Amino acid sequence: MKQSPLLSVENLVVKRGKFTVLNVNELKVFPGRTLALIGPNGAGKSTLLLTLAGLLPIESGRLYFQARQVNSSSDLAMLRRNVAVVFQEPLLLNMTVEKNIAVGLKFRNLSSAEIKKSVDEALAYFGIEHLAKRAAKTLSGGESKRVSLARAFAIKPKIIFLDEAFNSLDPPTREAIIDDLQNILEKTKITAVLALHDREETLRLAQDVVVMSEGKIIQQGATAQVFQQPVNEYIASFVGTEVILEGVVKTSKEGLMEIAVNGQVIEAVGEFKEGQKVCCCLRPENITVSKTIPGKISARNVFEARVIKAVRQAYFYKLTLDCGFTLSAYITLPSFDELNIREGSMLVVSFKATAVHVIKR
Amino acid sequence: MELIVQGIVKAFHLLISLDPEVIGITWLSLKISGTATFISLFIGVSIGVAVALNDFFGKRLAISIINTGMGLPPVVVGLFVTIMIWRSGPFGFLEILYTPTAMIIAQAIIATPIVMGISLAAIQNLPPNLRLQILSLGASRLQMVWVLIKESRLPLLAAVMAGFGGVISEIGASIMVGGNIKGYSRVLTTATVMETGKGNFDLAIALGVILLILAFTINFILTQIQQRQQSR
Amino acid sequence: MKIFRNSRLIMLLVAAVLLAFCAPNADAAGKKPELKNVILATTTSTQDSGLLDVLIPIFEKKTGYFVKTIAVGSGQAMAMGKKGEADVMLVHSPEAEMEFVKEGFGVNRRLVMHNDFIIVGPGADPAKIKGMKSAADALKKIAAANALFISRGDNSGTHAKEKILWKQAEITPAGQKWYQETGLGMGQTLNVASEKNGYTLADRGTYLALKKNLALDILVEGDAILLNIYHVMEVNNAKWPKVNAAGAKAFADFMVSKDTQEIIRTFGVDKFGSPLFFPDAGKKVEDLGK
Repeated sequence: MKQSPLLSVENLVVKRGKFTVLNVNELKVFPGRTLALIGPNGAGKSTLLLTLAGLLPIESGRLYFQARQVNSSSDLAMLRRNVAVVFQEPLLLNMTVEKNIAVGLKFRNLSSAEIKKSVDEALAYFGIEHLAKRAAKTLSGGESKRVSLARAFAIKPKIIFLDEAFNSLDPPTREAIIDDLQNILEKTKITAVLALHDREETLRLAQDVVVMSEGKIIQQGATAQVFQQPVNEYIASFVGTEVILEGVVKTSKEGLMEIAVNGQVIEAVGEFKEGQKVCCCLRPENITVSKTIPGKISARNVFEARVIKAVRQAYFYKLTLDCGFTLSAYITLPSFDELNIREGSMLVVSFKATAVHVIKR
Repeated sequence: MELIVQGIVKAFHLLISLDPEVIGITWLSLKISGTATFISLFIGVSIGVAVALNDFFGKRLAISIINTGMGLPPVVVGLFVTIMIWRSGPFGFLEILYTPTAMIIAQAIIATPIVMGISLAAIQNLPPNLRLQILSLGASRLQMVWVLIKESRLPLLAAVMAGFGGVISEIGASIMVGGNIKGYSRVLTTATVMETGKGNFDLAIALGVILLILAFTINFILTQIQQRQQSR
Repeated sequence: MKIFRNSRLIMLLVAAVLLAFCAPNADAAGKKPELKNVILATTTSTQDSGLLDVLIPIFEKKTGYFVKTIAVGSGQAMAMGKKGEADVMLVHSPEAEMEFVKEGFGVNRRLVMHNDFIIVGPGADPAKIKGMKSAADALKKIAAANALFISRGDNSGTHAKEKILWKQAEITPAGQKWYQETGLGMGQTLNVASEKNGYTLADRGTYLALKKNLALDILVEGDAILLNIYHVMEVNNAKWPKVNAAGAKAFADFMVSKDTQEIIRTFGVDKFGSPLFFPDAGKKVEDLGK
């Protein structure tokens, strides 16, 4: 994060009529990284996203693009020419797919050869060359979404904004499109800001995350870190009560993978390729704690661990354990007493490979 | 019934024999109503689109006024225009009473609210985020407006046809400000009324038939443009 | 349809053509007097007779003026003259005209021609007025029989004459069930009377022109009071400076000129067998019809 931010705001206030809908003290968007905006409905994610894209007027505060303040309406127009937005609805025009993708390019003074080249590139990125001459109104939901994305990428924006762009798609289509998007973001290193709803999408796509509520930012930082240390219940419930560990797949054979996490190896079920960056998610209730290493046991993952923290929560204890990586485990009150656990105790944790939920990163 | 048949026969007879007076009247009808529709197209679409796309204090009131204007009684328009341009009126010095120019003005006043109201509704009917989407692709305000207008081609052309239909068949204002002067400001509608008043029913019906043919031809061309499909 | 691919181009083309032609071509050829337009206020029945369609082109060619003939009801014509919205008037409501001149709105009132009114009605003639010599008495009988009478009711010259007759007959027809006012022109009023088998007062010219379509017969004619007398008046430009006094005078002079009067004398003969008007320029009103 030593680079300077591509886009940043200070004391940003946005109003709709009399109501203040956005009140953000500070936000930075760094080049080449993907930032996710998450939060409950009405938190202001879309408003913030559209304001950053130069589409909504600012009541007070400052917006900087490439270190220069965006002041006048001509500055805003310049900002808009450097970004692209994809909305939840595809918003395609009544023309062929090709012409739709060329729409943004036509606003700039480009030769028709240059336009054709960019359009063809965008069609290839999203695998929709075969749809080039189709009328946009005849496409399916997934196809329309790809065209909408292609249209945005065709103008080679410095920042691309996606406003809940995957909401209206069915799971398989969503999966395929998110895959393609991930590849493109990695390949082109375009800066992206995404307003998202879904935990998995956030983990997969975003390196940084901003959590919003009622127009304010309540937490921001690297995704894994925010997820591991949520500051409030909303974030905690958004994140789930899982432990999230970043790692890389070392081997993958017959449905069983070995994943390197912080120098340790976790075994999990799944079929990702070697070298794939992943997140391993574990629910604390699936972690078993014992005083000694168990004998023959089906759990593939057994680690020695030291108790860092023990917090009593109504009917159980929440233990934070260090086994080379940090884990949380829940155990009942009687078990806590029987095992004589306290902070600093050395224990053994075990969990099954099937309990590890692996997500591509 | 046989009167109508007689009228239709007479209509074709007049057209085919290129009766100069009838051709002149028909051409004048087309010129006057065409020009008026054209003027109403420019003013109506630009103001209609501007009102649709901008939020301002009193927007609802403005839209109500425009919608009311769609039902302006043409005769009332004729009366007001007459009072404005007759010798003792504020614009009397222009000396345009009883001229085709005055007819164009009156018809433009009648057609403009129609085109305006329908354009307004057409733009409001577009998806609300479309405006932002186009802007976000780097369009200037003007480019964005042009894209939205093209997207609304169907209802906008319907607006033009509605405006044209309203004035090509208009009689009250045309007779008041034009004077129905032979060879100068006499058009199909005013001639039809005059012939009816004289009792020449077959000629009146013939003129009516010719008016219908004229209106149909223009609307046929406009409909082709409207319904042109984009896909191949 | 490939020709419509460039619809924008087509619309632009159409626009250009229209704009090129939209400038109204009001030019009368030949010598152009300084104030070219002359607004003539006249009545619908005068225009419907077709006489002006013959006379006006001759006048325009001779003098270079462009005459705008505005044919409305007599009432409206008078109102136009009073406001100076017309330059010259050719009407046939003597009482109103004299009032007009007395109040200073009109000058140079000159007799041009006359035709006459007739009372027409259904062949069955329920009020039994056929052949009566007195128009007022005929109306008395119509009232007594509660027979349907159709009036123009539009302050036209015909209507004015009709009101004089009712006054002479000492009858107030307004509001009675058998008295219906159309507010329409002479031709349409005749049609209504024909459809409804009613009586009406009409000028002979319009009746003759429409006779073949009407189921009405001439029942009363020839009474001196039925004379329909046309005068031409110039609107007083001392009252309304914008009035084209020169043009008005030229037209009025034309109407009473010998050549014009000759045209009037023979107008309609070939079409209807009898002339529609009788030229009277220079005569005295009392001498008419004799």
